[in-house]
Amino acid sequence: MKIAVCVKQVPDSWAEKKLVDGLLDRAGVDAVLNDLDEYAIEEALRVVEPLNEGNDAPIHTITLISMGPDRATEAIRKGLSMGAHDAILISDSALVGSDALATSKVLAETIKSGGFDLVFCGTESTDARMSVIPAMLAQRLGWAQLTFAGALKVDVASSKVEIDRMTDAGVESMSANFPAVISVIEKINEPRYPSFKGIMASKKKTVTTKSLSDVGVSAGEVGLATAWSVVDDAAARPPREKGLKVEDAGNGGDKLAEYILEKRIV
Amino acid sequence: MTKKDPVHPFDLLDVQRELTEEQRAIQKVARDFVDKEVKPHIAGWYESSDIPVRELALKLGAIGMLGMHLEGYSCAGTDATSYGLACLELEAGDSGLRSLVSVQGSLSMFAIHEYGSEAQKERWLPEMAAGRAIGCFGLTEADFGSNPSGMLTNAKRDGDNWIINGNKMWITNGTVADVAIIWAQTDEGIRGFAVDTKTAGFQANLIKHKLSLRASLTAELVFTNLKVSDADRLPGATSLRAPLMCLAEARYGIIFGTVGAARDSLETALAYAATREQFDGPIARHQMTQAKFAAMATRLNTAMLLALHIGKIKDVGQVQPQQISMGKYNNAMGALEIAREARSILGGAGITTEYSVFRHMANLETVLTYEGTHEIHSLVIGEALTGIAAYR
Repeated sequence: MKIAVCVKQVPDSWAEKKLVDGLLDRAGVDAVLNDLDEYAIEEALRVVEPLNEGNDAPIHTITLISMGPDRATEAIRKGLSMGAHDAILISDSALVGSDALATSKVLAETIKSGGFDLVFCGTESTDARMSVIPAMLAQRLGWAQLTFAGALKVDVASSKVEIDRMTDAGVESMSANFPAVISVIEKINEPRYPSFKGIMASKKKTVTTKSLSDVGVSAGEVGLATAWSVVDDAAARPPREKGLKVEDAGNGGDKLAEYILEKRIV
Repeated sequence: MTKKDPVHPFDLLDVQRELTEEQRAIQKVARDFVDKEVKPHIAGWYESSDIPVRELALKLGAIGMLGMHLEGYSCAGTDATSYGLACLELEAGDSGLRSLVSVQGSLSMFAIHEYGSEAQKERWLPEMAAGRAIGCFGLTEADFGSNPSGMLTNAKRDGDNWIINGNKMWITNGTVADVAIIWAQTDEGIRGFAVDTKTAGFQANLIKHKLSLRASLTAELVFTNLKVSDADRLPGATSLRAPLMCLAEARYGIIFGTVGAARDSLETALAYAATREQFDGPIARHQMTQAKFAAMATRLNTAMLLALHIGKIKDVGQVQPQQISMGKYNNAMGALEIAREARSILGGAGITTEYSVFRHMANLETVLTYEGTHEIHSLVIGEALTGIAAYR
């Protein structure tokens, strides 16, 4: 079995966000592996590690796939330190400013030629927060789409994957045959810290850098010029309004009920 | 008042510029671990004078932090600088946490790794690296600290066995240890034993009422006709030199660790001074505060450069005991003074557990004394410079 995990290098979510020419400033801040992608890597590791046990060379492998500048290898290296086996970075100056449609195109073309059975993604990236890439990938690849997985089971013998899809609406049990695209939510696991052995071993792991032409996408299909959305401006989120403090003088319950009705919370 | 973006003290001199990508990655993992697993709980552990050693050891073991600079036997096998950087981040959390790791990796595991038999290594090291077995190191006695050669604990041969009697004092993790490295006088000289703490005649009593290193378990060990096999003796340890080499290993980690406690103290003071207002402005704009910051940041960077320099020498296997003494001598006192100054900047807020500075300050009083006192290290440096040993 071959699993691809899509990962992204994002500005540290604690750093102040600035716009430069309508694009998020990525150069001036610390760049890290998207937090939510760590759950996808961890889940993929939990699938393959028991299957690989006792084998010197892994039979079931995890390949990280990322699109970004050359600097994205730093984020990829963290995923390799956690235990992924190798990585592909699609890096090309024509990709700057690409939107989700273009990104999904590039990732899908890369995945197509890789012979993967499953693709794991985090639910979203902490910089763009669109949460559309997993669905777009499934559509472009024509694969089953299992998103928002809060629990997951893979049966390699029958090439089948089952998930509990957890959303605000409830929990749905879904299953699909390989190949499939899966996105995982934070509830699914607790990502490990990269081990020191893992960090040292990651140096020897292969990161293959590909250009747009290597993955068969033309420069005219990607980049800022083709983006369907343009950011004109951005403003800091306004500070939170002060909350209501209810003193309970015997009628606290009534006051809370009034508040809930007034705000139409239920 | 003009204001520019503040620079982190370590960025002033770019002291970390020569670290490799791997060393940075290891330091980052240690820092993330401390931020997530330690900082939210440390004030509570300190106040209750308790630390969940077993739980932490398993987490530290999973990362590879225990005996990380040792080769083989499931140890990570990093370089010495990486080990130092991990100590730095652990002690930025608390000296008690770094002590836990130092005692496990540099004292107990190092003793077995360096002086143990193959059977002892196979039995203990993988379990200790994983954090499933905890080690402690019994050298110091109530009346023999700086002069361990006078120790009263003794081991007498009894056929193929040894009978150990005596007491050890100030033993970190003594009450939770699975294996105790015990040093004792014998007819053949000072010898070391790797003793299973379940053996009859081994007793550990928790030392209470500490005002320093409260997030660390400290014990008195009592051996009453403790009978161990000759197979438990560390065959490679044939004199007092063996435990002293273990201590040199641990105090190497302290050279970096103290920089961590100092960095956290300075970061805390800088953040506090930026928001604490007196005389219609943040105290960070007052000249007196800035003079303190200048002195603290210079001292911190000097300590870090010294640590990295000694790390480089250790990485090529050439470090000398007097070099490690100089590192501990400078950095333990430097860190203590930085923590004290940070406390003064925090004023009254500085004396509570809400901030880290008083905790670091109180901890560093112990760090100044253990693993070779500040005074003894000055004499080691003095001996190197004059050729005369003043402590004999």
